[in-house]
Amino acid sequence: MQLQTKNFGEITVDENDIITFPAGIPGFEDLKRYTLLGKQETEALFFWLQSIDEPSLAFVVVDPFSINPGYFVDADDSEMEEIDIKNPEDVLTLAIVTVPENVKNTSVNLKAPVLINLKNNMGKQIVMKNETFPVKYYIMNG
Amino acid sequence: MLVLSRKKGQSIMIGHDIEISIIDVQGEQIRLGINAPRSVTIHRKEVFEEIIQENKQAASTAISPDIIRTMRIEKKEDES
Repeated sequence: MQLQTKNFGEITVDENDIITFPAGIPGFEDLKRYTLLGKQETEALFFWLQSIDEPSLAFVVVDPFSINPGYFVDADDSEMEEIDIKNPEDVLTLAIVTVPENVKNTSVNLKAPVLINLKNNMGKQIVMKNETFPVKYYIMNG
Repeated sequence: MLVLSRKKGQSIMIGHDIEISIIDVQGEQIRLGINAPRSVTIHRKEVFEEIIQENKQAASTAISPDIIRTMRIEKKEDES
């Protein structure tokens, strides 16, 4: 499938690379289909969760474990069931990055990670109840 | 919206397996107890709204992918 994106020009998306978010992403509930861009690039720290249905929408994402070695995910049963997670090893965990105009204030949302079940390509952004990790975890000190 | 009056110690049932109890009332502060199956997700509304705001901010970045690709973070020590 061809997609004319705002950030990356025209891209080709294989049907097998489409990730379905049954509930969308909070704030974007109507957009259910996404794909990952730029993840294959070597040493890529940041990559993109590109909306299929809204080509101008792409979230910057990062592997939260790479920026905070003490990170962990605590998901409810209901959240796991929603995307049919049977084995934690099947899950790709991403965190959404907020890049403001002053990039020094770039932050990562560690409280609400995006879980992707690689077995069925279903995704969900969960909101952890514990107060361990903040919505804005700043990654550029100074 | 259905509006019910309840006193401390009373509760309401939602369906047959969700119970919300008034544990305590002190001025404007009300403590609720919630009994629900583990399959039901419960959040403070303001937390959920904070996530929506953060997602909208993240989605509206003005910084180009070419610049984001070159960004390097300050490596943090393991804080755990």
